[in-house]
Amino acid sequence: MESFKSVINYISNPTILVTAVLLIFPFIFPPTEWFYKINKRLRLDKLWTGKGLLVMTVVTISFFIFGLGDYNFKSIVLKPDNVPISGLILLLIFFTWLSMSQAYKNDALVEKGKSVDEYYDAPNDKVLVWPDLVYVELISLILFSAFMLIWSIGLPAPLEQPANPAESPNPAKAPWYFLGLQEMLVYFDPWYAGVVLPTFIIVGLMAIPYIDSDPNGSGYYSYKDRKLSVSIYLFGWLILWNVLIVIGTFLRGPNWGFFGPFEYWDSHRLEALTNVNLSEFVYVKWLEIGLPQSILLREAPGLILVFIFIGVLPVLLAKTILKKYYEDLGPSRYSIFVVLMIFGALLPLKMYLRWLFNLKYLISIPEYFFNF
Amino acid sequence: MSEKKSLFEKLASGQIWTSIFRGGGVPRSRRQRMMVVLNSVFLHLHPVRLPKHAVKLKFTWCMGGLSFFIFLILTISGILLMFYYRPTIEYAYTDMMDLTEQVPFGIMREIHRWGAHAMVITVWLHMFRVFMTGSYKPPREFNWAIGVILLVLTLLLSFTGYLLPWDQLAIWAIAVGSNMAGATPFLGAEGPGSALLAIGDINFITKVSDARFGLIGGRFLGEATLLRFYVLHCIGLPFIIMIFMAVHFWRIRKDGGISTPV
Repeated sequence: MESFKSVINYISNPTILVTAVLLIFPFIFPPTEWFYKINKRLRLDKLWTGKGLLVMTVVTISFFIFGLGDYNFKSIVLKPDNVPISGLILLLIFFTWLSMSQAYKNDALVEKGKSVDEYYDAPNDKVLVWPDLVYVELISLILFSAFMLIWSIGLPAPLEQPANPAESPNPAKAPWYFLGLQEMLVYFDPWYAGVVLPTFIIVGLMAIPYIDSDPNGSGYYSYKDRKLSVSIYLFGWLILWNVLIVIGTFLRGPNWGFFGPFEYWDSHRLEALTNVNLSEFVYVKWLEIGLPQSILLREAPGLILVFIFIGVLPVLLAKTILKKYYEDLGPSRYSIFVVLMIFGALLPLKMYLRWLFNLKYLISIPEYFFNF
Repeated sequence: MSEKKSLFEKLASGQIWTSIFRGGGVPRSRRQRMMVVLNSVFLHLHPVRLPKHAVKLKFTWCMGGLSFFIFLILTISGILLMFYYRPTIEYAYTDMMDLTEQVPFGIMREIHRWGAHAMVITVWLHMFRVFMTGSYKPPREFNWAIGVILLVLTLLLSFTGYLLPWDQLAIWAIAVGSNMAGATPFLGAEGPGSALLAIGDINFITKVSDARFGLIGGRFLGEATLLRFYVLHCIGLPFIIMIFMAVHFWRIRKDGGISTPV
């Protein structure tokens, strides 16, 4: 048992967890034809059958039941405000399954030349709102109200000690739905993780219908014809948003240090701060001449790198592997799409630069509070 | 058809019933059932007829409807809580204690808090469903954008409510969040570029004039913050979200109802 726990503690470290998720993700939710073929060959679509759901649910629930036997796991998972997240994990599994299973079913129907499950022969296949929809709504409302009552009677709302601005808890955490963003604070400064990144997320979400302008695939679950867009959305929603929330809630302890699910939250554990800026890498470590006085010269490596990333890379991609998309989308849609993708990719990229090289900032101009 | 009417049928064709429910009577024919929806201010949010898959839970997940329902639960429980809660540093926490300790079987605070968590989740799942069925595609692009605004407003409502118990959990969660505002580019005292907004040596963006100051109404979390968040939570944001909800629902109908395969 103890060895199983230490294995879980070890593999839930963000370096391993995120790497595993990144490697597995494209095979489960294939973005391109190549991955899709492998997905089919490995029979990974079995996940979206009844058996698949059973296995996923049983594994998750038994992990929670097993974990609740552990004091450290229990004390964090059963914190009243964390309970919705455990629920969210199960809901995500179920609803991802529900949408993917219907999508794969419809894909198979389309392949056979049949019409999709949702197809209806207007106006013969229409039903009346009264009573066909009204009673579904009524039953949902009653069931949900009952669920809310049970939840509210069973679990008291948390009320801690009175507010004391002089005594900060360790760790101080934002409400759980913002913990993905708080987790990003490890890798980015507040101006980016807390202000610019959320703005990108909001703008990016709003931009989806204008970037994915293919009118086909509306009104029914499907995967095969929408591989790239569904894969990108699920990556952002399941991985960048929800996995980071789970890490931020369950696996971040005192001083925002990483703690495995079965690990004691030791507030005296020391974390070495050995992070180095790109400018220090270039001028001190490689060139061994010390940092130059001029800010512009000092940050030149980072500025050039970021410029290449945002200014040159989209052009290069448009001429090479994304040529098809550039032609389909046109210059303005394409640039918005690629810039959003690049900023999305920056998150895992910066994480790896930190883990591999202890890189702190690409550009660091503390004189103007500009660290990136 | 037998001549004998049941008690319910008698009642439903009486003067009182027909005056309350336009049309009256027990809806039995197709025409009557259509008129039920058209004659009710609440039901006529719906169309009269729907495609078959629109009433199947496996297609709709019912998450949009549930989000709206939870919003109503939260409004009602919130109004009740407002009777017992005073948004001042002196009373906020003790009023919470009173609600917890003095009300036998009191669960209004629980309903409100867990409802808020549930609404965040149902809104997320609604968005997930809408994406997976491709329902954001033309002609529904703009309604998707409105939905994103509703999502942000839901999170802001939850965030402003988080401070009101005025306990350690509340102020430190809000401290983490509101410190971000201090780092807003150009508009936060600790944000990049704020030093550029200056004439000579006089900075416009300082700790007492930046975005964080505007959000929490002072340099530190205190009386002004609590009142500000209270007003936003109870009046300001609900007012805004209701406008966007109205547009959202109206656009669903105008854009052709629930999305269907072409």
